[in-house]
Amino acid sequence: MEVVFALAVGVLAGSGVWLLLRPRTFQVIMGLALLSYAINLFIFAMGRLAIDRAPSLNPGDRIDPALYADPVPQALVLTAIVISFATTALLLVVILAARGLTGTDHVDGREGEA
Amino acid sequence: MNAWLAHLPVLPVVAPLFAGAAMLLVPESRRVRAALGICSVLLQLATALALLYLTSDAVPDIWPQGIGVYSIGKWPAPFGIVLVVDRLSALMLLLTATVALASLIYSLARWDRVGVHFHPLFQLLLMGVNGSFLTGDLFNLFVFVEVLLAASYGLLLHGSGAVRVKAGLHYIIINLVASLLFLIGIALIYGVAGTLNMADLGPRAAQLADVDRGLFDIGATILGIAFLIKAASWPLNFWLPIAYSAAGAPVAAVFALLTKVGVYAIIRVGALLNQSGVHGPFGSDWLFFSGIATIFFGLVGMLAAQQLARLVAFSVIVSTGTLLAATGLDPDVLVAPALFYLVNSVLASGAFFMLTGLTERTRTHFSESSDPAPMAAASYTAFGMEDSHDPLDVEDEVGVAIPAAMAFLGLSFVCCALLVAGLPPLSGFVAKFALLSAAVSIAEQAQSATESWIFVAAMLATGLAAIIALARIGMRLFWSVVGRTTPRLRVIEVGPVAVLVLLCIGLTFAADPVMTFMKAAGEGVSSPQTYIDAVLSAGATESLAQEAAP
Repeated sequence: MEVVFALAVGVLAGSGVWLLLRPRTFQVIMGLALLSYAINLFIFAMGRLAIDRAPSLNPGDRIDPALYADPVPQALVLTAIVISFATTALLLVVILAARGLTGTDHVDGREGEA
Repeated sequence: MNAWLAHLPVLPVVAPLFAGAAMLLVPESRRVRAALGICSVLLQLATALALLYLTSDAVPDIWPQGIGVYSIGKWPAPFGIVLVVDRLSALMLLLTATVALASLIYSLARWDRVGVHFHPLFQLLLMGVNGSFLTGDLFNLFVFVEVLLAASYGLLLHGSGAVRVKAGLHYIIINLVASLLFLIGIALIYGVAGTLNMADLGPRAAQLADVDRGLFDIGATILGIAFLIKAASWPLNFWLPIAYSAAGAPVAAVFALLTKVGVYAIIRVGALLNQSGVHGPFGSDWLFFSGIATIFFGLVGMLAAQQLARLVAFSVIVSTGTLLAATGLDPDVLVAPALFYLVNSVLASGAFFMLTGLTERTRTHFSESSDPAPMAAASYTAFGMEDSHDPLDVEDEVGVAIPAAMAFLGLSFVCCALLVAGLPPLSGFVAKFALLSAAVSIAEQAQSATESWIFVAAMLATGLAAIIALARIGMRLFWSVVGRTTPRLRVIEVGPVAVLVLLCIGLTFAADPVMTFMKAAGEGVSSPQTYIDAVLSAGATESLAQEAAP
């Protein structure tokens, strides 16, 4: 499971960084989205990977930390998802405005030589 | 009474939040919004003053050792989120409220009308800034930084126009990437140390096994890089001059504070981690040399700048560089003069940015080439039409052609230039002199003599470069009068600039008590054990008190 998870994070982050460095605003925003997925998964993994362990305590069971997953990274991921969702939406609006004002979707507002 | 005082630390976060939210309920009335905004900022100013009084050991039975801990929801410290006020936090809160009040009053003259939602965004920005100075939790710091950034995106774009949208696009993308780095750093630190509480982190980091040490250092380094991007350290600062010179004058004035949030985070987290022997970017040679590089980048930029706004933006970079180099050189000795320098530089650059907005108006026509749109051309005509609608403004509107307008602009320019360049007799000189004398004393003890002399040389070089650049641009602005008119200034625009400059002059006269306070604040930062004990014991005593109560 660790290998699959690490590969997923790595591929997402790698493609995210590559897209981020591209000259078109759409590619940049896709890159940011992929990168934030990678990082959300990464935060999640920092609570250690485990199967069949709930993060919230069950009052009926005995209280043994080994039976439960760490709830903190899950709460952090939730917050990070909300924030990155909101900022991506905001960026999308700015990108549309830039497209309208400059007439191009190049990040510098004008076409490069190449 | 004491029970109410204990709730004071949460006020600088809650007041702007509620004010900003309430403003959204009255979308039509600009006057109600402005009044709400002013009230909220005045409340923050009063709170900051009260906190400053309480942290200076004046009332030791409330907050022993001048550190106030507020556990949100009464969750004890390492588990719940805490807000912590010490002298440094209180000082930063006071600085924020002062600059915010000046900039808000200045913006009422016309800036708040160039676009929608200026006032709510401004309040949310303040909430984020205050929160980041108060919080004692790493992830909560991230959230507050996001709040202030989200508001700053809106404020930067305020007024619209192609230049602003382009600068805003770069600014947003760079800050989003920085936020992602911030998250990686936090996640790694949590994964290794198992805590996000800053006070808890120091002792835990010291006890880490050698295997985990490497990962923790990587986490701290990535976190440090995120802070350095916010603080605009070279080579992570190419976004700053473009963004700050594109922003409107009052917006740029508060933006001068935002880089200091990064500097504050580096000082605070660095001090807490230093005692556990963490390397990486906090308080090491690394930070010193990046600070020196930042100083030289800003220096070259100042000499090359063609417009006043860009020049001031580069001077913000120089001040960041100076602070980083001072922190990297010797965080214990230099922190008090560095804090004095920080206060002086924020006040001066705030005043300077607002002054820039006024001097732009001395030009009779706005050509695209000489002046890349300080405001969209359409907005200028919009003011002329809208101004008369508001009965509140009528009296201001009439009396404005201050005959001495040019004299005022020139005098303020000279004061700002002296403050930025650090020449006598104003407080910029006091700040620089304190830094230099501390650096020389370090050099005499011969611990890191070469680095101290590099620092001294860099400080002197920036002074010279600043005065050359400012003299040149000042001559062009005020003495080559062809094609310029005497601008019409309004009292509410002139007042804030004058007040900020007068505050700096006040700092000069009150340098001794202020410096004593800065020393106390610096000692509080560089001896983090008191801070750690105060935060970690706060939860314990509270739960004990609760158990005893029934």
